[in-house]
Amino acid sequence: MRLSYPTNVKIIRVPCTGKVDVLYLLKTFQSGADGVFVAACMEGDCHYLTGNLRARKRVEYAKKILDAVGIGGERLEMYNMSAADGPRFVKVANEMTERIKTLGPNPVKRFRVTNVQEKPCEEMCP
Amino acid sequence: MRGDVPMIIGSGKPIKDILAMIEGCTKILIIGCRGCVTVCSAGGEKEVGILASALTMARQQEGKPIEIKEMTLERQCDPEYLEQIRGVVDEYGAVVSIACGAGVQFVAEKYRKIPVFPGINTNFIGVTEEQGVWTERCQACGDCKLHLTGGICPIARCSKSLLNGPCGGSANGKCEVNPEVLCGWQLIYDRLKELGRLDLLEVIIPINDWSTSRDGGPRKIVREDLKL
Amino acid sequence: MTSDSRLEKILERGEFTVTSECGPPRGADPEVIRKKGELIKAAVDAINITDNQTSVVRMSSFSSCVILKQLGIDPVLQMVTRDRNRIALQSDLLGASALGINNVLCLSGDHQKFGDHPTAKNVYDIDSIQLIQTVKRMRDEGKFLGGDELKGVPRFFIGASANPFADPFEFRVVRLAKKVAAGAQFIQTQCIFNLDRFRRWMEQVRDRGLHEKVHILGGVTPMKSIGMANYMKKEVPGMDVPDELIARIKGVDKEKRAEEGIRICVETIKQLREIEGVHGVHIMAIEWEEMVPRIVEEAGLLPRPQIT
Repeated sequence: MRLSYPTNVKIIRVPCTGKVDVLYLLKTFQSGADGVFVAACMEGDCHYLTGNLRARKRVEYAKKILDAVGIGGERLEMYNMSAADGPRFVKVANEMTERIKTLGPNPVKRFRVTNVQEKPCEEMCP
Repeated sequence: MRGDVPMIIGSGKPIKDILAMIEGCTKILIIGCRGCVTVCSAGGEKEVGILASALTMARQQEGKPIEIKEMTLERQCDPEYLEQIRGVVDEYGAVVSIACGAGVQFVAEKYRKIPVFPGINTNFIGVTEEQGVWTERCQACGDCKLHLTGGICPIARCSKSLLNGPCGGSANGKCEVNPEVLCGWQLIYDRLKELGRLDLLEVIIPINDWSTSRDGGPRKIVREDLKL
Repeated sequence: MTSDSRLEKILERGEFTVTSECGPPRGADPEVIRKKGELIKAAVDAINITDNQTSVVRMSSFSSCVILKQLGIDPVLQMVTRDRNRIALQSDLLGASALGINNVLCLSGDHQKFGDHPTAKNVYDIDSIQLIQTVKRMRDEGKFLGGDELKGVPRFFIGASANPFADPFEFRVVRLAKKVAAGAQFIQTQCIFNLDRFRRWMEQVRDRGLHEKVHILGGVTPMKSIGMANYMKKEVPGMDVPDELIARIKGVDKEKRAEEGIRICVETIKQLREIEGVHGVHIMAIEWEEMVPRIVEEAGLLPRPQIT
């Protein structure tokens, strides 16, 4: 569609958001991501029927953990959209970027220690 | 996943409580268990990973980074499996075990020089009603009476452990204590009706011998035929 | 006669009996019990004292019964199995008998979740039916549960509760039969608002011949307000308050509702007197004890029999 979205958004593709695990979400923040959003198909349109429903539950769970450890659950969000809806993706990307800009950098990076492993995101989600 | 483990159900402790336990530690070992706590998603390999990530991030933010090793043992209630950590445990300031209370204690017994902290609460002996929902079934009273009550336990499933229930607070099949809890005695009544054995309920079940349960003190079972 | 109980004497004489109850204070002041006792003394044959009802800590039933006894009243000691194990229960039974308390009502007791100490451990070493058996064993066999002989056998008139309005309905009479088999001599039911359901229950009671084995006292409670009626309908498990009753109270102006509540209570008592197998009434006027003499009078039940 040749629409552009902010350069700070890095996309990680999964076959279905049902593949997204709580552990991956946490590790993404652990390695320094300032925000994460999960873009899932519209409810009822999941090719694997319930993948996006499971994703929503896991995102809610991960948000609670992020709140408990002081990162803040608002840095993680789930959005439903049609795979063909480019403009919505851009809107969401912009929305999240603005939100994260307001929240500031991930507090995990405040005391950056050199021996903390920061793996590239792709390695998290094989 | 093994099919022969008993179902002890546990659930995670709040992260802030665990942080308080490991305050001052710079290196910890988190150990999970592939038994019951894996089945109820409280203490298996994934939960070890989640806890490690959460604790790492929490401590990172405080400016007190922590090094965490993650291991998941087959079980923590058999001495042979606990040997797996013998080589590494000395390098750590504390062990956080997310096995059930029995596992945590066994680790503490085998590794006396290192503090062992519980990362989960052990809740009850129960079953998986559906994915994500576990409910209590057994209180380990040591004197099973399920043959008298159609296979439904009055001690575990009646809030008052009445042996001649229901009480006057049973309404619409629910327990007066909690509208989400089914009245154990209604369940027993319904089951015995289905089995055509309501006659069992005409008999007064006698006063219980609680000495076989926790009230009698810590318990022990010995099988001489199995001892080496 | 299994005891020196006035209640037992009157019931055995075949007279329609009246009992009521007092809630002890949430403090150490004995005057509260004395006042309540004096208020209703002349209108009833015996007075129950509740035992940490709804798991809210109050002055013990035992001590309150002793206070009532000192006023010449025949008290009914209510004992729940929630708070005391068999050791304490047998011990209290011996003490109660020693102090001249003749009537004991055996209950399981409301779960502690309802009260002011929901984090307490509960006991429930034995249930209400097993407690009845215990009292009977001590009284008739002269033995402790453990088997040892008692030195000084207590005398008790044994009571139990029944709730025709709890579930499962078909089973309630079976449970009553169990209580009678265990040794219950009198029954006080949960408060009756649904007379139809109560009549059906009494039919089942008579079918089993239980009305000839145990004295049944129908429980009644005067409704003070529509708030109280709604609360009892919705929040109290095992309580059956028909919609018609709510409508009847609502249909009256606010200032007149308490009067209507009294009227309904008196009507209920009159209807209970007509039911075969009902040998008395148990008036539970919660925090409204001063109305009891009036209710008894309007139901035509004064004066109460004098027993020497």
